[in-house]
Amino acid sequence: MTPFPSVRAIRDAVQQGERTAVQVCRESLDRIAERNTALNAFITVLADGALARAAQVDARADRATLPLAGVPVAVKDNLCTRGARTTAASRILERFIPPYDATVVSRLEAAGAVIVGKTNCDEFAMGSSNENSAFGPARNPWAPDRIPGGSSGGSAVAVAAGMAPVALGSDTGGSIRQPAALCGLVGLKPTYGRVSRYGLLAFASSLDQIGPFARTVEDAAVLMQTLAGFDAADATCASEPVPDYLSALTNDLRALRIGVPRALVSDGVDPDVSAAFVDALDALRGGGATLVDIELPFASAAIPVYYLVATAEASSNLARYDGVRYGLRAAPERGPGASDDLQTMYGRTRDEGFGPEVKRRIMLGTYVLSSGYYDAYYLKAQQVRTLIRRDYEHAFARVDAVAMPTYPTPAFRIGERSSDPLQMYLGDVFTVSANLAGLPAISIPCGFTRERLPVGLQLTGRAFDEPTLLAAAHAYERQHEWWKQTPDLG
Amino acid sequence: MPARFSRSDIEKVAALAQLRLDEDEIELYARQLDDILAYAVQVQNIDTTGIPPTATVLARHGADRPDEPAPCLDRETALANAPDGNVEAGFFKVPRVIG
Repeated sequence: MTPFPSVRAIRDAVQQGERTAVQVCRESLDRIAERNTALNAFITVLADGALARAAQVDARADRATLPLAGVPVAVKDNLCTRGARTTAASRILERFIPPYDATVVSRLEAAGAVIVGKTNCDEFAMGSSNENSAFGPARNPWAPDRIPGGSSGGSAVAVAAGMAPVALGSDTGGSIRQPAALCGLVGLKPTYGRVSRYGLLAFASSLDQIGPFARTVEDAAVLMQTLAGFDAADATCASEPVPDYLSALTNDLRALRIGVPRALVSDGVDPDVSAAFVDALDALRGGGATLVDIELPFASAAIPVYYLVATAEASSNLARYDGVRYGLRAAPERGPGASDDLQTMYGRTRDEGFGPEVKRRIMLGTYVLSSGYYDAYYLKAQQVRTLIRRDYEHAFARVDAVAMPTYPTPAFRIGERSSDPLQMYLGDVFTVSANLAGLPAISIPCGFTRERLPVGLQLTGRAFDEPTLLAAAHAYERQHEWWKQTPDLG
Repeated sequence: MPARFSRSDIEKVAALAQLRLDEDEIELYARQLDDILAYAVQVQNIDTTGIPPTATVLARHGADRPDEPAPCLDRETALANAPDGNVEAGFFKVPRVIG
């Protein structure tokens, strides 16, 4: 597979007129046409719209100053694109055409980027494997019988298989970092509030964040420069100044203290993943970083806390899908005794429109919020969430970043875990706590298993300290250059 | 805490969630919600005396602003995705509410 050049190289070539945005866009669309049937990365390819947009970029008088001039971007299908259907991989939104753009989409387009398509994902971003898509699973380019991870699986596949140089995903409990790890990419979940979520179809509002997928840390940093910043349309968006992410990319690890929660990462991790993680820690130390043993005593409770909080919020957010203002409406019941009132329509629409995992989470969330159980489950989970945040506050008094494997196993086979939701949830053990604490976290490639499946290293940082994470990730990446390996697409 | 979900428990939750589940789904979710909540018992065993809940991680609320009208979707656009909309009258139509 011939990978795309770096985002800066594409941008420079288009800015200087060596290539046109239309040429770059055609290349991306050709690769999608060639590879998407096998990998199912895209739900909707925006061929005509993308070429028209690229032609506009070529015609712009300010083309030479656009930070993402002509850069093709794949966008997860839970981000609204005006006039282009946005499904969240759900039957209930199969024909939904948003009347507005998500802020991240407008920002990308204002910077000269070209949205080439909407990527596959778990329905409403609920899942860790991309198997919960109403449009079928996306496939891992490193081993097409395996999952690419989720929920932003299609975005990871699009970049890993060279269909787009970069992509956007959303991350509520690991949905950018885990597929990035399993597909051999860089994936960044920014600090809560760093990137506007206006136009993101909400799953769990106190946890959701939007972030980039890229092949290198530099590409992720370039994209973040456009994505980050205040937006009046999102009441949770922070007004913190946006730093220069590119200038943060030094190769110097010497001042860096990295915490390793040994007790947490010693259990239940695949031996090959564990070996790659230990090698990565050695490399970080070899590069000058100081490793510090730390404890995150409440991190082991992060999974149940996450699944109580996230499902409660989801049950509330998804109440809007009722067959009235947009989306599917179920046909009226027929036959003797059939009822055709409003309540029946709600129930039938939601039963037909939502898939099994979404219904499961709505049921769980509704239960934990219901009278008599609220204090025991939801309130209790929010209190333990405070303890998890405090764990990190204590850790960050001593260290600058916390290192863990991103996911305890490499990509598993499609169908292998789909009958046991709890087992699926347990895999999110290293990713969910960054969402619960609102902290930035990055996954970067740190090697391969013996079966040549990618492994990811996760670094979690202080709130709004993306620069330190990017710097550490960049310095490690320069030593190892795992990103130069690409899947054999046959 | 209830260790087992009865059929009527699941039906009650489904009614609250506006989901019309079939027989297989009721049986499946009864079992799976049991498994998941049994696992969540470890949260209930943590001492949280005096610990405030975290509803949001935002350090400060930066969204206060004057309440001023701003452009919004016009009626036709707002109704464009409605399964049963009436643009001229400006309505979302719904099935009958009262029997």
